[in-house]
Amino acid sequence: MRFLLDDEQRDFARSLDGMLTAADTPAAARAWAAGEHAAGFALRQRIGAAGVFALAAPEAYEGVGPSPVETAVAFVELGRHAVPGPLVETVAAVALLARLAALGVPEPAERSLPTLVGGGASATLTLPGAGPYALDADASAVLLAAGDGEVRLAPGHAEPRASLDPARRLARLLAGGEVVASGDAAADAAGRALDWAALATAAQSLGVGYALLDRTVAYVRGRTQFGAPVGSFQAVKHRLADVLVGLEFARPLVFGAAVSLRDGDQSAARVDLAAAKVATGEAVYGAARAALQLHGALGYTAEYDLSLWLLKARALRGAWGGVGRWRERVVAGG
Amino acid sequence: MDLEFSAAQEEFRQKARAWLAAHVPSDPLPSLETEEGFAAHRAWEGELAADRWSVVSWPEEYGGRGAGIVEWLVFEEEYYAAGAPGRVSQNGISLLAPTLFDFGTPEQRARVLPPMARGEVIWAQAWSEPEAGSDLASLRSTARRAPGGWVLNGQKTWSSRAAFADRAFGLFRSDPAADRPHRGLTYLMFPLDTAGVTVRPIGRIDGKPAFAELFLDDVFVPDEDVIGEPGQGWRIAMATTGEERGLTLRSPGRFLATADRLLRDWRAHGDPADTALRDRVADAVIGARAYQLFTWSNASRFEAGEAIGAESSLNKVFWSEYDIGVHETALDLLGADGELRGAEGFAGEWSTPDGTEHAEPADRTGTTDTAAPPGGTPPPCRTPPPDRAPPTDWTPPPDRTPPTDWTEGYVFALAGPIYAGTNEIQRDIIAERLLGLPKGRR
Repeated sequence: MRFLLDDEQRDFARSLDGMLTAADTPAAARAWAAGEHAAGFALRQRIGAAGVFALAAPEAYEGVGPSPVETAVAFVELGRHAVPGPLVETVAAVALLARLAALGVPEPAERSLPTLVGGGASATLTLPGAGPYALDADASAVLLAAGDGEVRLAPGHAEPRASLDPARRLARLLAGGEVVASGDAAADAAGRALDWAALATAAQSLGVGYALLDRTVAYVRGRTQFGAPVGSFQAVKHRLADVLVGLEFARPLVFGAAVSLRDGDQSAARVDLAAAKVATGEAVYGAARAALQLHGALGYTAEYDLSLWLLKARALRGAWGGVGRWRERVVAGG
Repeated sequence: MDLEFSAAQEEFRQKARAWLAAHVPSDPLPSLETEEGFAAHRAWEGELAADRWSVVSWPEEYGGRGAGIVEWLVFEEEYYAAGAPGRVSQNGISLLAPTLFDFGTPEQRARVLPPMARGEVIWAQAWSEPEAGSDLASLRSTARRAPGGWVLNGQKTWSSRAAFADRAFGLFRSDPAADRPHRGLTYLMFPLDTAGVTVRPIGRIDGKPAFAELFLDDVFVPDEDVIGEPGQGWRIAMATTGEERGLTLRSPGRFLATADRLLRDWRAHGDPADTALRDRVADAVIGARAYQLFTWSNASRFEAGEAIGAESSLNKVFWSEYDIGVHETALDLLGADGELRGAEGFAGEWSTPDGTEHAEPADRTGTTDTAAPPGGTPPPCRTPPPDRAPPTDWTPPPDRTPPTDWTEGYVFALAGPIYAGTNEIQRDIIAERLLGLPKGRR
């Protein structure tokens, strides 16, 4: 029993954090929101080169995984830096294709995994029971539609719709296209993809939460009213203390879910994943509300970068199905 | 990063489970906040101690098993999963004993710890005073030098378990001239049944004498009952309250067992259409798992040689609020039965949602059968062990925790955010020491 990141995992987080800090990710997110994908694609390539997408793929497909713990480590950093694009979706698609290959359907993996794993292209997908929209389909090379007992390569997507988070655009995938798997294999692989999507989203969301907390702590230390930093007032302190309590108890659920996905039986892992999804949804949304309130009117402006994380917190809470649906899984036992 | 236990840890778990299965009383003990219940819980401490299960983390010479923190957490999981009684010795074991290990003399450890482990001497804490609660350093009770010891005077209050306990420990002002309030305090142990000590029990919100006021009138305490150096009491006590808030006061095992009971009750009796309540049940399960994993994480840090400092305040805020929430959810699930109060443990009847009543078996068991039943789907449930088979004319009632277990637990939980440093104090600590926010007026 050693429920602690090892030195290598911490170094991985630090190196991603360093790379993303230097990359001006808020500017990339704003450009992405304006439909200019170049900076986001460049980020994706660097994230791929750092090995993030390889974590969900086995060695046979140029991966190093499956490594859910390291995937969680990476997505905390991607969330912390508000990196735009279908990153969770690409990981989930990699997991789906790798699972299909393991179940005797290797062709789609052979076709798409090398590019996705290396960061050369993105994938997006829709999964049964987890919402009708694919994220950033207009910026994705591979469009996977799972449902009705099959997995399809969709031939295209409908007009993307705006999300509350300007750096996210949502589109329905078009009907038809090549069916790459059906029956039990399709359902199994879609279930596995949802596991990875939930894990990566929970981790990304946690990173968003820590970014909101860190920025708000810095702000209330510097903002002076009544002759004192507003961060010295108990009402402000206690609200931020509650944010930290929420994040610090959501965090072990995220890493516990990652360990369960790697080592545990499937139903136990799915309870843990659902718990992580719910707990991060609540804690991070709570962090966003506190961050907005404690920044005052400044936080309510589109110009101020805080809005990048504020709105992402809201969007990620509902991604892959509402929190009620995930709670239902907890009570049902997986 | 893993959650696998070693073979030795698994073996330890099995040993604990087997012992508990054979020894946990089948009839629940009366509330430990009553005189009768206190005595019954004291006897249970003796039974635990006879086979070295009362203080597993202590060295063997004091009655323990020298278990590490992981084994201790494993034991706690098994203990509460088995439905074993609450620990009447908790104040001594989790507050005084760690202080003696860190600051006591070998003579004090040899004299104080073994009787504590056996439940022969049960300890109460004596921190708060009528004018010193959250601002504990403003306390006024005095310790005056006398030949061979100290003479105590003053008043302590909210002293948990003091109504029936044997001895108490706390802080006294030994140097009224010290330049700061938290200097000049001395940490002392004293008997509650000696001349000059008056114990006035206080009824907690349900009337049970769960705590007491202590009036001290020229109480002599020998030098051997001073812990650490005179005047160093604040530093020593803060180390103790760190333990109280931190890893040792509320083990995850307790909340895992509570969440498991709630989930079982929900599955057996919840209205599936009541999704609002279902969501709260889910949150109870999630919270217990979060607390377990958070604790494993801290235990791993501890084993890696890291100190757990102000983070223990995160712990205290979380478990104290969790405990209330899980009980509130259970009471809401119970509906009309949620106000049934069980002064002496539940021995009556409960109603079903349609208002009919089920007889309670006279020998309700407190054991939990954690083996998966054939087919594997139903959750673990309380079932009478074979040697305590119910009378043949008795139909097992719905698998459901007696309402009074929940109401007793609810009353106990309500105090959580208040004792061991109020949650307001904890939030100040979190904000200032973990987030680095500036100090301000309290």
